[in-house]
Amino acid sequence: MLTEENLKKAEEIKKRYPEAKAALLPILWIAQEQEGYISEDMMKYLGTMLNLPFAHILGVVSFYTMYHDKPLGHYHLEVCTNVSCMLRGSDKILQTIEHVCGVKPGQTSADGKWTVNEVECMGACGGAPMIAIGEEYYENLSPEKTEELLKKLS
Amino acid sequence: MERYILPDIPNFHEIDVYEQHGGYSALKKALGMNPAEVTDEVKKSNLRGRGGACFPTGLKWTFMPKDNAKPKYLCVNGDESEPGTFKDRQIFEFNPHQLIEGTLIGCYAMGITTAYIYIRGEYGKWIKMLQKAIDDAYAKGYIGQNILGSNFSTNIYLHKGAGAYICGEESSLMESLEGNRGYPRVKPPFPAQRGVWNCPTTINNVETMTNVPLIINKGWEWYSKIGAPKHPGPILVGISGHVNKPGVYEVATGELLTDLIYNYAGGVPGNKKIKAIIPGGSSTMILRGDQIEGVRMDADSLKAAGSSVGTAGMIVMDEETDLIRVISRISKFYYHESCGQCTPCREGTGWLWKILKRFETGEGRMQDIDLLVDIANNIEGNTICALGDAAAWPVQSMVRRFRDEFEKRAKRSEAAAA
Repeated sequence: MLTEENLKKAEEIKKRYPEAKAALLPILWIAQEQEGYISEDMMKYLGTMLNLPFAHILGVVSFYTMYHDKPLGHYHLEVCTNVSCMLRGSDKILQTIEHVCGVKPGQTSADGKWTVNEVECMGACGGAPMIAIGEEYYENLSPEKTEELLKKLS
Repeated sequence: MERYILPDIPNFHEIDVYEQHGGYSALKKALGMNPAEVTDEVKKSNLRGRGGACFPTGLKWTFMPKDNAKPKYLCVNGDESEPGTFKDRQIFEFNPHQLIEGTLIGCYAMGITTAYIYIRGEYGKWIKMLQKAIDDAYAKGYIGQNILGSNFSTNIYLHKGAGAYICGEESSLMESLEGNRGYPRVKPPFPAQRGVWNCPTTINNVETMTNVPLIINKGWEWYSKIGAPKHPGPILVGISGHVNKPGVYEVATGELLTDLIYNYAGGVPGNKKIKAIIPGGSSTMILRGDQIEGVRMDADSLKAAGSSVGTAGMIVMDEETDLIRVISRISKFYYHESCGQCTPCREGTGWLWKILKRFETGEGRMQDIDLLVDIANNIEGNTICALGDAAAWPVQSMVRRFRDEFEKRAKRSEAAAA
């Protein structure tokens, strides 16, 4: 169920490693980019493709926090609340997000627009507090800046 | 001091600019030496790993077998996930070619034809930046077949993690690279004997590899005279928390912590006093504010002060900080990130967090203080990898150095109950 183009990418990726199994993480990334999440059907499909048991793939998907087995909201907000961000007010950033988006961490809004997650250190401690939306980092936030950012996305 | 890891040169991340400033000349020089000479140069420089353990890099390279029927591998560790650490990201963005050059020199020295740079999945944007630099280096013949017309060939591939702190532990990283859950392996066998795909493997940190071209270009004597003699070289210090100018600063090792905080990071907002600092990422032992005078950012000085350099990710906390909340948050992190293989870590980290949560919500009891230490002591040293120790040290040091904070809370909750 990978697209023709992604299948080609997967074949290229396999060449980087002496064993096909090593291509699993990169191919899961491709699958997730294509579908938005990794369904059970996709896991079974990749199992056949890489000759790996479904249980192994499920085990890997469930071990790594960045693989999702359910669809996320259109915007995935990841709010760091680890120490450096906490010391610089991540509580208020999280509250602002809950208020504006109407969802608590771990939830997706009913309209499918927002998914909010509290995450561990993102490696942006010098720009704390921060959130990530997809691959983009937003640093040195205040509640006001956060609200502004979210409204721009609305 | 002149900056060598993050030089103050515009567009240094571009291959042409890097070349104009002597980039890839260390690779050329290395290819004219024999591999053992290259390793020896790194060994004599006293470069020590920047990933947290401060292990001598050159010595690590000598562990790799010289004659070997199997292929050998280099893994460059850019999983950077220790809370308070954000230095390698700067290298991906501002100096990717020096990292690539160091990686190539390492491959040459150890007779390696494939290197993987493992980067945490959250750094998607920076992975693209480094991939661009790798593509450019391939196009110019620095990576690939018969590099610069020599007999030396090597490939460099990026491998994207997917959100697991444990994959920064070297054996877990190798498991992850193989397409598995990131469960650390029992050592021995060590990676140089049996690493990824059961082949000899060396794992070095991103910042460590970025130091290598300097050593080859300017010689081990020059390098070994920078900073602290037993732990020399430039070092990236990340300063976060309660400072006016948080960020990554390149200094020579041996810089005074107080200089780092007050001169580089601009001091504490509102001129408040420092209550505590975590010197090298969340797993290093916390120090009291009144303990840091005269302490320096190098392995020996911080060890003598009762902590360690770790990843040089320093977190500063002012006098108003609720340290119980800090340690509770740190413990939650280790509970979340424990891979679950070893019982003491899997269960113990959860117990620590639960008890600390009690203190946070005003239900901590006096006997809980020693219970915390007891649990931490029973995790430390009793697990396959160092995550157990990393979870125990912050708790042990927090109780040892701030016992009064716990007692105050316990008394308050006991009074409230009565």
